[in-house]
Amino acid sequence: MGIADRLIEDVGLRRGVSRLTPEKIEKIVNAVITGETGARLKAYAETCVRCGLCAEACHFSLSHPGDPSYTPAGKVHQTMSVLLNKKGKVDPDFIYGMAQLAYTECNLCRRCVHYCPIGIDTGYIISTVRRICHKLGVTPQYIQDTAHSHSATFNQMWVKDDEWTDTLMWQEDEAREEFPGLRIPIDKEGADIYYSVIAPEPKFRTQLIYQAAAIMHMAGADWTMPSEPGWDNSDMCMFTGDFEMMGRLKRKHFESAQKLKVKRIVMGECGHAFRSIYDMGNRAVGWKMPPVPVIHSIAYFWELMTEGKIKLSKKYPGPVTVHDPCNVVRGQGLHEKLRELVNFLVEGGIVETASNREHNLCCTAGGGVINCGPPFKNVRVAGSKIKADELRATGVKTIVAPCHNCHGGLEDTVHSYKLGMEIKFLGDIIYECMEKPEV
Amino acid sequence: MNAAYQFVTGPLAWAAWGIFLLGSGYRLISMYQLAKTKDATSIAFMSWHFSLRSIVNWLIPFNALGWRKSPVMTVATFVFHACLFLTPIFLVAHMLLWNQAFGVSFATIPDNAADIMTLVVIAACLYFAGRRLVQPEVRYITSGKDWLALVIVLAPFLTGFLAYHQAISYNAMIILHVVAGEIMLAAIPFTRLSHMVFAAFTRAYMGSEFGGVRHARDW
Repeated sequence: MGIADRLIEDVGLRRGVSRLTPEKIEKIVNAVITGETGARLKAYAETCVRCGLCAEACHFSLSHPGDPSYTPAGKVHQTMSVLLNKKGKVDPDFIYGMAQLAYTECNLCRRCVHYCPIGIDTGYIISTVRRICHKLGVTPQYIQDTAHSHSATFNQMWVKDDEWTDTLMWQEDEAREEFPGLRIPIDKEGADIYYSVIAPEPKFRTQLIYQAAAIMHMAGADWTMPSEPGWDNSDMCMFTGDFEMMGRLKRKHFESAQKLKVKRIVMGECGHAFRSIYDMGNRAVGWKMPPVPVIHSIAYFWELMTEGKIKLSKKYPGPVTVHDPCNVVRGQGLHEKLRELVNFLVEGGIVETASNREHNLCCTAGGGVINCGPPFKNVRVAGSKIKADELRATGVKTIVAPCHNCHGGLEDTVHSYKLGMEIKFLGDIIYECMEKPEV
Repeated sequence: MNAAYQFVTGPLAWAAWGIFLLGSGYRLISMYQLAKTKDATSIAFMSWHFSLRSIVNWLIPFNALGWRKSPVMTVATFVFHACLFLTPIFLVAHMLLWNQAFGVSFATIPDNAADIMTLVVIAACLYFAGRRLVQPEVRYITSGKDWLALVIVLAPFLTGFLAYHQAISYNAMIILHVVAGEIMLAAIPFTRLSHMVFAAFTRAYMGSEFGGVRHARDW
């Protein structure tokens, strides 16, 4: 029982492993462990009493009852514990399984935090395993492609600089039919708000930029979007273990905002990007907290609501259920604001899933898992069985999920488990229900 | 016999306490030094308020989500840890030893109660052992170190119980009991039992991150 029994072919992992030798592995493993980790990993590795309480926490283990190799401690047992016990003396085949497990069977969602009496952060341990995999050059092909894109373009989706501004102008042009006078102000110095998105928005979810512009316009916000690289707040490098690039990406992002002398950054409905900006990426470049105030769309829309700047012409027909994205509930405690906002927007209120607020179950797409691509899709969907059960039990038709990755994952879950539910961003609902000008 | 008893309750006891206290101090200080050089991005976020908030919330049975989801284990571990600490400290016979050595005296628990508490510790150890053998998620991650820790903790209570009831040779059993207790003390800083030394700090760190940065409960 374990990862060796369920290996999946992936070009990136296979090619990476083919270049390894036991000597190289030993050198890199120990370089990371002695050079980049310290008391935190040491204390976690030593004080974990192997009580197994975390088995109840993880959606992967709850979706595979009876298979302990999916539990948080079970995953550490197959990866970091082996590296530490053997002092890095493992063979290339072991690295293949270790990488597959770390990249595709842990979403770094941190739900296990609520189950560990000692306070062990399994997400940190698995991140460190990924860091070692990155340094070994053993990463799944699809997510590595996005990391390469970050390195080459400072955005995740190979969006070219001219295509970016073209997309903004295109969305502005489209939106002006519905909202005469709407602008997407580019590079406006001193604006109140610097609105940042993830690269999949210009690439294939352009309606989100349209909707955000419409909401900003109707709220009378003083906002801007940057023309130059730095506009993408996403960060797959954080998830591949390329922490150098994580730092470069965040520096670029913050400096882009500082250059425009904006008051704060409002970011779109993304979870992982929030983790990068607010928690991990800022630390990688030595900022204890973000050097430019950052708020997530949930908090921004909540502000607009409390200030009376969202005027609804109707309420969205509910009831709905709310999916709490890990990175903004366990990442910044936005769950109550999210609920106040949803209750404001929706007719019929919220039917909660059994696990909600900071105790949410992950969508099984986060932590870069969905970004590992088609080879691992079935693993991901199998891991979301427990989430599907909780969603089905609500009996409602709509899931509100303010995170791109959660959308991607939940779409597959809803489809595979035949839940017949629709998934909405907050922006979708606000746009649909807000007062619009008579044209 | 008397010489052996004198030895285990004299020099050996000093050695065991010395290893426990100095060893724990050494481990804590060296861990702190390591954290200062290597974990700056973690210790920068340490907060007294959120550390204590997290520790207190986890000390309340069934308060944390994890406690609620595994109720039997929760009862077992709370009762086990309480008896593990209280019994040896407040046992009449142990107080007499403190009194002999240092002239201090303090409240004690009646022997009958101590007897039951000892049985509770033994029963809890057997339950933990059973989990390690039977429950797949615990069995999968159990290694020799975990069994060692369990045996080290069980031994002084089992021998103490047998000695008190004079079931087998009292003289031999009491010496075994003292030695077992001393092994446990000395093992704390260097085995899985080191969670006694470090758990408050790992908990505090998690509490600080969740309270100060992530504005969410970590229980």
